[in-house]
Amino acid sequence: MSSIATSVTRADGFTPPGPGDFNLPPIGPDKTFEFLGQEMFLGVTKPMIQLVLVAGVVFLFFWAASRKRAMVPGRLQFIGEQGYGFVRNSMGRDIIGSKDFARYTPYLFALFFFILINNFLASIPFFQFPTFSRAGLVYSLAAMSWLVYNLVGIRKHGFLGYLKLMCVPSGVSPAMYPLLIPLEFMSNILVRPVTLALRLFCNMFAGHMLLILFALGGEYLIVEMAGAYSVVGVLAWVLFIVISFLELLIQFLQAYVFVLLNAMYIQGSLADEH
Amino acid sequence: MAIEGSANMIGYGLAAIGPGIGIGLIFAAYINGVARQPEAQGRLQTIAILGFALAEALAIIGIALAFVL
Repeated sequence: MSSIATSVTRADGFTPPGPGDFNLPPIGPDKTFEFLGQEMFLGVTKPMIQLVLVAGVVFLFFWAASRKRAMVPGRLQFIGEQGYGFVRNSMGRDIIGSKDFARYTPYLFALFFFILINNFLASIPFFQFPTFSRAGLVYSLAAMSWLVYNLVGIRKHGFLGYLKLMCVPSGVSPAMYPLLIPLEFMSNILVRPVTLALRLFCNMFAGHMLLILFALGGEYLIVEMAGAYSVVGVLAWVLFIVISFLELLIQFLQAYVFVLLNAMYIQGSLADEH
Repeated sequence: MAIEGSANMIGYGLAAIGPGIGIGLIFAAYINGVARQPEAQGRLQTIAILGFALAEALAIIGIALAFVL
């Protein structure tokens, strides 16, 4: 938060916020070390703390919600059941299919609420930083998803059978294979994790940047450029509020899409050869 | 008084038009399909979200490149 305030330099006009605003300074000791010729920071940053905190909060909430397991649910248990039912039914059962979904529901469920709460931290006062606007944290999620859907497929079909399922399209004349097999391999094995990671990262990043821009720009117009400009500044702040609500929607939607795509990839790996 | 920025962002704004139209078309088709055959919603939703995700990936590659280049 402190780095956001410094991005407005009063002396020579308005400097729009940039990607640099997302490089939060390490909390605690600030050591650096050399790794492959790059200077690396050795420290804990705010997104890392949020990551651990959210894991704890999600665990505690669902632990508390499922502790009693009453026949007639109380308020807490009801909320927990609704959340669990949403993931299990709309993403597990409808996508993966009623035969196999039970095994993968815990993974999807944990992933969904972990991402959802992390995204919502962007709009919660005091935190106000989307954890997944740091690319490295998203890459790890995408790597995990990549491992899961590939290993699921390899276990079901064997290594070569899985490669055939992923790379050889059915219903195409063999003359097209030299063209289609590399394309299918690219799109199913290589591009999937990349887009999975970049989608979540860029949505969080761009949305938060937009909020910073409208907040700081409006403030600059009102405070520094009084007169007719302050009307525009007020308008910018109105837009800031509207976009905050849009952000809430996007934060939910991105968690949903991430887990939905995970479910679809798992379903694709489990599918019988067509 | 001067407001500074990068021309990359204008380029990205232009590049986002295409995926925007694409996403609009995908969801228009999805709404049409559900209106004609409500019981197919489950299957159509999957396909629509997949198409949406693929079209959106283009815009996302755009914004990543706008910052990197």
